[in-house]
Amino acid sequence: MAVTGILLALFLIAHMLGNLKVFTGETSFDHYAHWLRDIGKPLLPGVWFLWILRTVLVVAVVAHIVAATVLARRARAARPVKYAHRKKVNGSYAARTMRWGGVIILLFVIYHLLDLTTGTLNPVGDASKPYGNVVADFAPERWYVTLFYTLAILAVGFHLRHGAFSAFRSLGQQTPRGERRARTAALIFAVLLCAGYLVVPFAVLTGLVS
Amino acid sequence: MNLTLRIWRQKGPEDKGRMVTYPVDDVSPDMSFLEMLDVLNERLILAGEDPVAFDHDCREGICGMCGLMINGDAHGPQRGTTACQLHMRQFKDGETIDIEPWRASAFPVVKDLVVNRSAFDKIIAAGGYVTAPTGSAPEAHSTPVAKANADAAFESAACIGCGACVAACPNGSGMLFTAAKLTQLSLLPQGQPERYTRVIGMVDAHDEAGFGGCTNAGECTPACPKGIPLNTIGRLNRDYLAATAKGANNTPGS
Repeated sequence: MAVTGILLALFLIAHMLGNLKVFTGETSFDHYAHWLRDIGKPLLPGVWFLWILRTVLVVAVVAHIVAATVLARRARAARPVKYAHRKKVNGSYAARTMRWGGVIILLFVIYHLLDLTTGTLNPVGDASKPYGNVVADFAPERWYVTLFYTLAILAVGFHLRHGAFSAFRSLGQQTPRGERRARTAALIFAVLLCAGYLVVPFAVLTGLVS
Repeated sequence: MNLTLRIWRQKGPEDKGRMVTYPVDDVSPDMSFLEMLDVLNERLILAGEDPVAFDHDCREGICGMCGLMINGDAHGPQRGTTACQLHMRQFKDGETIDIEPWRASAFPVVKDLVVNRSAFDKIIAAGGYVTAPTGSAPEAHSTPVAKANADAAFESAACIGCGACVAACPNGSGMLFTAAKLTQLSLLPQGQPERYTRVIGMVDAHDEAGFGGCTNAGECTPACPKGIPLNTIGRLNRDYLAATAKGANNTPGS
């Protein structure tokens, strides 16, 4: 869980930094998006680098889900009879919503790929105009898309808040002081990432990016 | 105080079990929770009914025998307290209190609120000890131990093996217990020779016993009557990583 989660979190950082290029204007953003397909040229032909990256990500996602499923199945088997009276949470809310949060994130990722990678669900859906796709996507009359994106990003934030701390712990973080630091770092990371991702749809919604 | 108790009644391991409601009047706020159950049992016996079976021994909070899920809290609402040390003043007059046994497939119900915790013994048997015959307690300063390590080892050694961590864990994992029993040895010089075979043996025994996997949810430490810190599990994780990465096998003679 920890290793695949870290790979995916690194991708999220890169993806967020790329998204923020939307503020540098249409030409620059489109240029960046096209450059993504050309990374590694001329060493690697065509869009090889992109496909290598996609393969790594898919493997990481699948391994992450397999590990989560194994844990969930073990948890279910370990408590065949449920409590009649169960307190909701003593620990953190984020920790208790990892499983369903993960499912929501997976559904969002599928929608997101159909929306802005293949363009199937995008009102513009033109692969040569990524900036236009983004602006059309979060147009004020499509407020429900923005709402869904916001909820999904918040789910990612919760997932990361516990996930980042849990990854440190799984990889051997062992002191009480380190635990406080790891928890704080995970919280800051989750908040920054959420802010970085949400600023783009809200900039489009408010007309800051058009 | 007048209370309504909803208690899990189960005749034996094969019985399906159900929650049964018992009104209990004239409870003193100065009674412990188990004394309140004693009062209920005396009345049940007088009425010719089967008394509620529950585990208890020292009633001083140090033996680890008692263990009740009280209103969804392992050992009840007061932190750092076993059910036997919990007093009725923690509850309100007229309150309904749900009492259930620990729920885990590794802890099968024997009767009513009594569960079989032998799974913990299997974890200990898989490495929770040092094999060297050490004789009687040596002179305290003959083996130097860093103060921080001594404190952390002592913190882990406070574990009474009651099983509240398993009961509170959303995954039904016994990792806090396993980590505490491991850390009390791995932080001290006497525990070093078998450090890495011990961690693998104990974690394997934990998994085989049918406990769930730890997801660092953090529900165990608030439920622990001895407040074993969550980072104890991090110490276990680090030893486990070291043991598996090196293929370490430092048991003398193996």
